[in-house]
Amino acid sequence: MSSKEHFLINNQPFYRPQGNEVVLYAAAYAARLPVMVKGPTGCGKSRFVEYMAWKLGRPLISVACNEDMTASDLVGRYLLDAGGTRWLDGPLTTAARIGAICYLDEIVEARQDTTVVIHPLTDHRRSLPLDKKGEVVAAHPDFQLVISYNPGYQSLMKDLKQSTKQRFTAFDFDYPEATLEAGIVANEAGIELALAAQLVKVAQAGRNLKGHGLDEGVSTRLVVYAANLVRQGVSAADACRMAMVRPITDDADIRATLDNAIDSILG
Amino acid sequence: MPIGLRPVSDARARTFADPQVQAAWSALDCGFAQVADVFEECVKEALAVLSASQFAAYIEAARGLGKLGRGAEPILVFLQIWPTVVATVRGDALAPVLDLVRAMQKSPNGGAIAGFLQTLAPVARRLQAIEQLELYLGLLRELMQRTSTSIHGRHITFPSPSLPVFCRQAPQLLGLLSLGGLRNWVDYGILSHATHPERQEEYFALQSADSRAILQRERHGTLFADVERKLELWLRALWREGELLVPYSTAPLTHGEIRQPMPYYDSQGMRVPDVLDDAMRAGGRVSGLDRYRAVLAHMVGHRRWSTPQIADNWSPFQRMAVEFFEDCRVELLLIRDYPGLRRVFLALHPHPAAAGCDPETTSCLRHRLAMFSRAALDPDHGYADPVLLDYVARLHALLEGGAAGTADVAALALSWVAKTRRQSDQYARIHFTDTVIDYRDDNRQLWRFIEEGDEEEAFDEPRRRTPAEETVGLPPRRYAEWDYRTQSYKPDWASVYEALHPSGEAAHIDRLLQRHAALARQLKRLLDILKPQDKVRLRYQEEGSELDLDVALRSLIDFRSGVTPDSRINMSHTTAGRNIAVMVLLDLSASLNQRVADGGQTVLELSQEAVSLLAWAIDHLGDPCAIAGFHSNTRHEVRFQHIKGFSERWDEAVKARVAAMQAGYSTRMGAALRHAGHYLAARRADKRILLLLTDGEPSDVDVEDGAYLRADAKRAVDELAAKGLTTFCLSLDRKADEYVREIFGQRWRVLDRIERLPEQLPMVYLNLTK
Repeated sequence: MSSKEHFLINNQPFYRPQGNEVVLYAAAYAARLPVMVKGPTGCGKSRFVEYMAWKLGRPLISVACNEDMTASDLVGRYLLDAGGTRWLDGPLTTAARIGAICYLDEIVEARQDTTVVIHPLTDHRRSLPLDKKGEVVAAHPDFQLVISYNPGYQSLMKDLKQSTKQRFTAFDFDYPEATLEAGIVANEAGIELALAAQLVKVAQAGRNLKGHGLDEGVSTRLVVYAANLVRQGVSAADACRMAMVRPITDDADIRATLDNAIDSILG
Repeated sequence: MPIGLRPVSDARARTFADPQVQAAWSALDCGFAQVADVFEECVKEALAVLSASQFAAYIEAARGLGKLGRGAEPILVFLQIWPTVVATVRGDALAPVLDLVRAMQKSPNGGAIAGFLQTLAPVARRLQAIEQLELYLGLLRELMQRTSTSIHGRHITFPSPSLPVFCRQAPQLLGLLSLGGLRNWVDYGILSHATHPERQEEYFALQSADSRAILQRERHGTLFADVERKLELWLRALWREGELLVPYSTAPLTHGEIRQPMPYYDSQGMRVPDVLDDAMRAGGRVSGLDRYRAVLAHMVGHRRWSTPQIADNWSPFQRMAVEFFEDCRVELLLIRDYPGLRRVFLALHPHPAAAGCDPETTSCLRHRLAMFSRAALDPDHGYADPVLLDYVARLHALLEGGAAGTADVAALALSWVAKTRRQSDQYARIHFTDTVIDYRDDNRQLWRFIEEGDEEEAFDEPRRRTPAEETVGLPPRRYAEWDYRTQSYKPDWASVYEALHPSGEAAHIDRLLQRHAALARQLKRLLDILKPQDKVRLRYQEEGSELDLDVALRSLIDFRSGVTPDSRINMSHTTAGRNIAVMVLLDLSASLNQRVADGGQTVLELSQEAVSLLAWAIDHLGDPCAIAGFHSNTRHEVRFQHIKGFSERWDEAVKARVAAMQAGYSTRMGAALRHAGHYLAARRADKRILLLLTDGEPSDVDVEDGAYLRADAKRAVDELAAKGLTTFCLSLDRKADEYVREIFGQRWRVLDRIERLPEQLPMVYLNLTK
């Protein structure tokens, strides 16, 4: 039902490499190895995958995983129409058929029994059995599976099975180092580099509190939000409070601490 | 000299040159020579402050004081202080002061009058307003009335032991407390030590531990304990420092301490004052929290950028200059990282006037250094001294260069000392005004001394070895106790000592369980139903939380194709898991040795059976469970004995401990509940239950008022509830209705047929955890 062009990425997404990840990914794709991208929220995982799909010229099918997702949501299901039933491919099946990169975002959010359906696609078989339809879809030679997850809120309940983990090659992402991050923020939001550097410094103060009251540090995404607010004419201090402090915590002590950090940094 | 006649040298005969003074002296009608000596001076001072009518009242009041029959002191003190008092409170408080004096004179407390008047002037200086002073007088009167005692009936025969001491302490106390805080502190002292004159005196002289603890609680300003977490987070967020913060006491100095301690840091952590008031400075108000931050930031700066210097070859002046320069350097580096700190530093940093110190008469070294320090931090310092400007510029240039360390700055400081040196620096009179920078630490980490001193014998001093102290048991853990009379906590009141319960013979418990084999089988059937199961998704439900799309489609297909569809197309989730932690707390007081009403068993044996069955049952369920017993012998010794830990299985070792259970001493329930709660609260479980097994109401030999321990136990239960712990009481006392309801609210059960305990106890547990 869906054409390849439909999923192609036309404009170059802005992405600034932190290391040699672009080269490594390209190599993994050339060998059609499944890839896992790990890292805290908002550090650029999804953007990276998007960028690579654009660079490699492959269509990209993204699926945001959640707890209610069932295997049928990935694989496909029968639907009813006037004439009877009709099979509808799920995103995973579509990707396998047209040779797209299938990106399962936040894979740990999906139930473990759901994630098992990707197994046959990620080993030498490279095929997807559709039991309800009685069909085995052989994956297109260009098909690749990419998953991402955030080990930050890893708990015993939410972890990947070893059998799933051991089917992937993996990248470990983290927030970019300060000057690089400032460059990214300045570029994304179109603000001055010096101000971007200050915003990044505020974010770093927040990241230092990870594990001491904060479950997750201030993400690059939030810094970009703050920068966007600044561009709308909001004062830097207010933008930091609104975009980088208030969303991440309800703890009054942490809020007071970060507010003070903002005042100290912005002078 | 004939008895009853005045001596010839009566001071009344004294004459004064000034007619106004002479008139006042006649009106005073006073025979004390000491008074006559200072009278003229006092009158002149009074005339400058008081109106004519006030002056007349002043002399009249003094005349009264002179005729109290308590010697020259009251009148002497009054004459001297009164003008000051009137000037400071800007109003006439004569009537209430005299009222109080009269009340003292009428009671056995007359001896305290002189002491009271003596501190009136400093007290007035602290209070500033006449209304405040009147409240203070009221407080004194109340203290006097409540602490003057009688041994037989109505007439007060003993003076208040605390009144004179309190008057002596009052100015100092008011420096630390608001009047409201002072009232609380006084209330607490009266209530806690009403029956013990020596203790009362110690309390009001600030010598007892509880007195200092309460004082600390009532102090104004920002308490370290309140902002500790904020500061820790702040250190971590801005500086990535996880250093331990240790408060030191800023309470009034005890004898022997010469000066207030300053902030410092060492390998054990950063030392900060336990309380900081908001500071009113020229630059505006600085909150206590900001002052703490300035203190910490400064120390962080030293930790980051300072390297210790060898101090032996430098003079004290040189060392002081190096310290000032180094302080400036680290602060400039801090400001470079966090520009907002400049505002706080400048607000707290004094701004000495350029001409504030006279180099002819005074040692100005500190003044020059403080000016330098200000100029280094503050671009708008406004000083014009060329040397100072030159050195400030050189310091900034050093920092611009990047890699300047402590040694470079020290060299700069030494050159500054050489250049600005004056003969008067050696003078004993040192200029201190506006040179104390109170957020800086004492710089002890900046110095290394190669020699301990110049004395020769120091070289041969043998190394002292301190033998490792033997530790016997764990140190006690102290808990506050709630006093319902004052509606406040008594800090660190009960000491809880914990230990492992001694062991006996495990086989005894096995025999016991065997005796109840039938009951155990019945329990086992129940437990099988209750065994934990995992979280499950319930599919194929007629009614559920959401539609199961696949099943729904299948049903619809069935329907369309003419087959009877399955109507169970919903699904729902249920949590069948159990996540419960239980702590069983056993009262092991002496009353357990009593026999059960109609049987040969003692309550202790019964309690033993019950605990064994319960522990066995919980072990089968797989819930973590701990057992502990307690008894007490006054507040100084609450013993808390561990019988089973959370991670222990119900095995021989535990059974042996249960077998050795013994009864003795009293029941201080509150402290034991708090301690048990301390362990239980550390468990991670959805539901945490504290099960108390007791046979009587709380009591202890050092408490006469039974309601006190009951109120404390109730408070302890409330505290536990606030922590998310459920407390349940099983009382073996048939008359318990009266007090158990008061303590435990609805969560209790009295076993009126005490023999049924082995059946009841597990049932109670199962009901609670459903």
